[in-house]
Amino acid sequence: MSYTAWILLTASLVGLSCGIIGVFLILRKTAMMADAISHTVLLGIVLAFIVTREVSGTAMLIGGILAGLLTAFLVQALHTLDVQHDASMGIVFTTLFAIGVILIATSIGNAHLDVQHALMGEITFIPFHTITLPIIGEIPQATAMLLFVFLVVLISIVAFYKEWKITTFDPALAASLGIPVLLMHYVFMGLVSVTTVASFDAVGAIMVVAMLITPAASAYLWTDKLSLMIVLSGGFGVVSALVGYWIAAWIDTSISGSMAFATGLVFLLSFIFSAAHGLIAKRMKPEIGT
Amino acid sequence: MNEVVLNVNNLFASYRKTNVLHSINIDVHAGSLTGIIGPNGAGKSTLIKTILNLHPPLTGSVKFFNEPFRKAKRRIGYVPQRGAVDWDFPTDALDVVTMGLYGKIGWLKRPTKKDKAKAYEALDKMGMADFADRQISQLSGGQQQRVFLARALVQDADLYFMDEPLAGVDAATERAIMTILQELKAKGKTVLVVHHDLQTVEDYFDHVLLLNRTVISHGRTAEVFTRDKIAETYGGNMRWMGASS
Repeated sequence: MSYTAWILLTASLVGLSCGIIGVFLILRKTAMMADAISHTVLLGIVLAFIVTREVSGTAMLIGGILAGLLTAFLVQALHTLDVQHDASMGIVFTTLFAIGVILIATSIGNAHLDVQHALMGEITFIPFHTITLPIIGEIPQATAMLLFVFLVVLISIVAFYKEWKITTFDPALAASLGIPVLLMHYVFMGLVSVTTVASFDAVGAIMVVAMLITPAASAYLWTDKLSLMIVLSGGFGVVSALVGYWIAAWIDTSISGSMAFATGLVFLLSFIFSAAHGLIAKRMKPEIGT
Repeated sequence: MNEVVLNVNNLFASYRKTNVLHSINIDVHAGSLTGIIGPNGAGKSTLIKTILNLHPPLTGSVKFFNEPFRKAKRRIGYVPQRGAVDWDFPTDALDVVTMGLYGKIGWLKRPTKKDKAKAYEALDKMGMADFADRQISQLSGGQQQRVFLARALVQDADLYFMDEPLAGVDAATERAIMTILQELKAKGKTVLVVHHDLQTVEDYFDHVLLLNRTVISHGRTAEVFTRDKIAETYGGNMRWMGASS
């Protein structure tokens, strides 16, 4: 495959995974948890590097999951101690992120890991770091990791679709039916974490928030069906990635920045033109129901 | 006297560091229809949530059909407050009712056509068949409550806990829900209902549980729902005399 094709494939995988996960972030009203986790996975990645002394995909994924779960756990713990939910999120993620930044500066030195790279990503370098997999052959390391994470996300969401739906819509009923609501919360936070870590090389820890939230928020405007919302959101993620790459190539600018900008464009168009909840549709017909 | 289907023994619970419930002892018998009555902040919702272990108790034990919750959960139905869920969630009425079957369907399986048919039947029973594929945000408050009741019906439980099912519903819905509750009772099911309208208590419930942080009184409506006991529960705040919602 050509250089551009690898980049487009990688970015599309980011769009797909983030789009799917994002639907549940939005519906669980935990969109800002994505922001928190996108910062704290940095700590997990740095710690993984300190332990293994290499930038390895597996170690980074594990470190990221642990950091993400730690974030979810600490936010929950502070909240039960009567700290407001948004405040405890702000306290936890900035503190863990700060520890990550300090560690990068003090104990890593000149390794291929710096704050700039972590925050912004650098998708243009992805095709140069390849690994060889059985059957598939030579494939960029970041792409392989994203492919793996996409499959994990897809299988988890499809296999436990009705459990995700009920714990999101009505956690109290779910608990009374004996579905482990808290466990599913942490599994979900784990999925957010792996998605974020895997997207880290491609779009960076900050831009991943745009990919997690905006396509899902756009899809929400188009449909009243959860399954369709997931498909649309994944689709919008891919479209944003492709359009973003095209914008970046056209005006020769940051790829990750352009992709995040493209998610905003998709949202704007949805906001205006969506048949279900768009501005134009609302002008055309009076509100039904109560 | 009928079998004890719910036994609450010395239950204590706190919410945000204040003690909400203390030394709660309740025995509920099969086939009874109980109204849980008490002023705002009396801990009515917390009581139900603590009994169902949705809210961890400080101490105390709860048995359903003489068994712990884990073993009895298939026989228990729960109707949360309507306001507890996000009605803008992308789903339709039939789908919400089908959720009542998720516990029985089990992990990794999808609802079958038969499950959907069951859910549709329950919607029909609540007079909501025409709204089966309606997005839930487009339903009125009363219709949303009927959907919740339909969901409870498909659970086919023996013991139901309902949190304010009659709050903010229209008169027709109130009648429909009370008819269903009477039918459940006639089938030998047990229903506990958090209720706020004191004027209808005597018409609706054969048992009353007066609650204000602890059980003030619990028993047959005729014996328990007296002026003195109500005054004791509401602590001299007799708003109920004139006002009803």
